[in-house]
Amino acid sequence: MDAEITLRVDGADQPVTVDTRTTVLDALRERLGNTSPKKGCDHGQCGACTVLVDGRRVLSCLMLAVAADGAEVTTAAGLANGDLHPVQRAFIDHDGFQCGYCTPGQICSAVGVLEESDGELSRAEVAERMSGNLCRCGAYPGIVAAVEQAAGEQR
Amino acid sequence: MKPFAYQAPTTASDAVRQVADDPDAVFLGGGTNLVDHLKLGVARPGALVDVTSLTSAEITERDGGLLIGAGVRNSDLAADPRVRERYPLVAQALLSGASGQLRNMATTGGNPLQRTRCVYFQDVTTPCNKREPGSGCSAIGGYTRYHAILGASEHCVATHPSDLAVALTALDATVHLLGPDGERTVAFGQLHRLPGDRPDKDTVLDHGDLITAIGLPDLPMARRSTYRKVRDRASYAFALVSVAAAVDLDGDAIRDTRIAFGGVAHKPWCATRAEDALRGQTAGVDAFRAAAEAELADAAPLEGIDGGNAFKIPLLTRTLVAVLRELTGVNR
Repeated sequence: MDAEITLRVDGADQPVTVDTRTTVLDALRERLGNTSPKKGCDHGQCGACTVLVDGRRVLSCLMLAVAADGAEVTTAAGLANGDLHPVQRAFIDHDGFQCGYCTPGQICSAVGVLEESDGELSRAEVAERMSGNLCRCGAYPGIVAAVEQAAGEQR
Repeated sequence: MKPFAYQAPTTASDAVRQVADDPDAVFLGGGTNLVDHLKLGVARPGALVDVTSLTSAEITERDGGLLIGAGVRNSDLAADPRVRERYPLVAQALLSGASGQLRNMATTGGNPLQRTRCVYFQDVTTPCNKREPGSGCSAIGGYTRYHAILGASEHCVATHPSDLAVALTALDATVHLLGPDGERTVAFGQLHRLPGDRPDKDTVLDHGDLITAIGLPDLPMARRSTYRKVRDRASYAFALVSVAAAVDLDGDAIRDTRIAFGGVAHKPWCATRAEDALRGQTAGVDAFRAAAEAELADAAPLEGIDGGNAFKIPLLTRTLVAVLRELTGVNR
């Protein structure tokens, strides 16, 4: 069953007709050509599909597009505004990836972490708050260092 | 995935009527469990009725306690200063579950209604009495690590996965419902069922009943409370066992206590025997251990291809002792 919806993706309104079964992730990747969020497990267990919806980090694979009608979606690709976002820069500075497949989700999640926290973040706290994003290459030390740097710059 | 209609009514009573009138319709909240079940084929509804914006997303003072709207997201509930100060076990239970992304999606009303993570329940190629009544239980004699040691039946040995629900059971919270016949309340400890011969029914709710809010009681001892969860990895995993507890101390004497267990039964386990054993006692490790042993006297661990789950008895005993040591400050 089809539904007509509009998603505001990385600052641009995107009207699209979707089957009610379509997730936000599939709407972005398969219908709107935005392949920044990645499909890892497609069951909410890996975090590769993480995007910001109305400013908060969520799993786009478990969100139905029809239920997100009118939402403001920000993908990792939409974070850069001319210059790289500080979190993106930090991931490069600290080599926070190897193959890169989980990286857009890691970066959106890290932006969410910085939004959610107001104080200093210990390494243990960064690891806990980022635990919903898996990296099968095991780039965790670089990822944690990158989030620490970005958190430090935010203060 | 089976096709379904999507309905977004504008009032909670319309949503209740739409679900009550259609045996094939279900409520859609944060969707973190339901959307996964749609993909897995575990749930095959004909219509989703979206209620995420129909119940309150506010936390308000009520009768000395707090009334939490069903639409409050798990992350917002865990971050609320009143919850953190007056009911720390609630915030800790929430933060020990899922991930930051999932907590931003999941709602207060939906969290207690999430379904078991029993691997057989989630695998439609295996028999499961909860998913398909009468088909059998694959977990009995199978993988039992995440399964029950209390209150199970020959039909189902699954556990309830919610951490929040364990904390709400310990607090004796109140569930506010809107059903086809109007509003009513249910004690949180009465919301979930033991499996018996109807493991397909997780709760006492009827089709069309919508949780509109959860009430936390005026309970001063909840300020001295905690939630401890033991799992196979440090974060983002379901409980092997968990303990939610609050203690009211008079010097070294335990005036009153509230205890609930997670990860060991089809429902959050209200540990009334342990509470009774502790009331009036002097706080001490022997008394803590005796309380755990009283509660677990009827525990029936499972045998399984993974070695069974008898390990949960000493693990839960030690976890309760550790929690009570922490809350009372008594280490002898």
